[in-house]
Amino acid sequence: MDSSTFPPLSVPPALRFEQALQLLAQAGREVPKGQAGSPAWLQELIDALVDLSSRDALTGLANRRAFELALGREIDRVARSGEPALLLTLDIDHFKSVNDQWGHAAGDHVLKAVAATLLECVRPMDLVARIGGEEFAIILPSCASAFGEAVAERVRRRLEHLPVTISHDQRITVTVSIGGAYAPQWVRSKPPLWQERADQQLYLAKAHGRNLVRIEPSAMPLVSNEEKRLLFDTYFGHDHE
Amino acid sequence: MTSTPPRPSGHRTIAVTSGKGGVGKTFVAANLAAALARGGRRVLVLDADLGLANLDVVLNLFPKVTLHEVFTGKSRLLDAILPAPGGFSVLLAGSGLVEYSRMTPELRDRLRQLIDEVEPLFDHILVDTGAGISDVVLYTVSLAGQVLVVVTPEPTSLTDAYATIKVLAAAQGRRQIGLVVNQTRRPGEGRMVRQQLQQVVDRYVSPGLDSPVRLELLGELPADPAVREAVQRRELLFETMPGAPAAVALAAIAGRLIP
Repeated sequence: MDSSTFPPLSVPPALRFEQALQLLAQAGREVPKGQAGSPAWLQELIDALVDLSSRDALTGLANRRAFELALGREIDRVARSGEPALLLTLDIDHFKSVNDQWGHAAGDHVLKAVAATLLECVRPMDLVARIGGEEFAIILPSCASAFGEAVAERVRRRLEHLPVTISHDQRITVTVSIGGAYAPQWVRSKPPLWQERADQQLYLAKAHGRNLVRIEPSAMPLVSNEEKRLLFDTYFGHDHE
Repeated sequence: MTSTPPRPSGHRTIAVTSGKGGVGKTFVAANLAAALARGGRRVLVLDADLGLANLDVVLNLFPKVTLHEVFTGKSRLLDAILPAPGGFSVLLAGSGLVEYSRMTPELRDRLRQLIDEVEPLFDHILVDTGAGISDVVLYTVSLAGQVLVVVTPEPTSLTDAYATIKVLAAAQGRRQIGLVVNQTRRPGEGRMVRQQLQQVVDRYVSPGLDSPVRLELLGELPADPAVREAVQRRELLFETMPGAPAAVALAAIAGRLIP
């Protein structure tokens, strides 16, 4: 259907369906099919609007609103399950100078390229969000503390080697600084505290020269594989047939 | 006062902790308290699971006055100490207080003052700590003369209990740690769990310390349908089914705790 012509609406104009449909069309979304004003049509419209208001317009990533909701859900889950969950916050290094030197359109290209690469670096269950101008965040549920560093480092390296085409004859590269912190396990906390801890590490990564990863050290001492083996092998090996 | 005197508590205050959540820490604390109270002792259970307290749920008590009201100066400490069904007293934390999820100097002082104030009033204080080894948990454990770690015979619980023991030995100089093995599936499993943990501690923890860490098995609680039933009915096993195997085991543990 041509998105500029909407079916005639049999619903009160005060509900601003026209404007809702225009917003969807502007964002390049499909407008709801079926009888305008029918329950199915309304459901589709609401779903589309919810999705639209959860995404960052430029990159298509989760926006700050969606990120904060997800962070709240994850912190509650970890509080009771005790599963390790990692929050990474990322900031593009010297992004202002990209804008200053190459213009804002180039800056937008960089943001989009970084967003696409971030999505490629993580699991489908992870949430990647753009939470500020050049600031991104990734929520990684069930990420064991032994892997946090490796994941963040993989992201940093992928971006470091990513050429961004900003015009037909111009390619640039950028780097990111990454901070990370694990959700507090077995204790009720709130999202801002978690993000603050990740941001503190991000700040340290910036202060130590950028293009770096800093993850807050975990309070849980690492139990090495040898210790685990000694702990389980005889026990679960011989006596639990 | 310029110097901090050593804690006078001795073995009067006992921290009940566990590496992993959901292993029955609060159940053990509450029923041990009932068993001790049955023996004529004045017992207080201090709910120090400040972020995710559920002693109130276990005991079916939902008071207006909790530790939070005491800490914020809205209530006096003595008004927050309540009688519990098992003949002991409780001081409840109240659930979901996010402001206590991280240790602050203020919280540190409050917790310490609290223990100092209640210690003269009771024969035993059982501190039901949060799970894990956050700084808040470690600090509340440090206020107790004795530590009791609740563990179940499964890999995640064993690993987390071991990590807890490791930290308590290194950071708090603990050399004697009590074990309660919960949900054992056959007699003698508690002894095996202790032996297994002791073996790894001997190999990987004690060598770095001035003296070896000794794990003491205080008892094993057999997996017991009566426990589940009591928990679901929000009753104290020790009160309603004192003849159940787990209740008998709890009484034996209480006996071992009293010198």
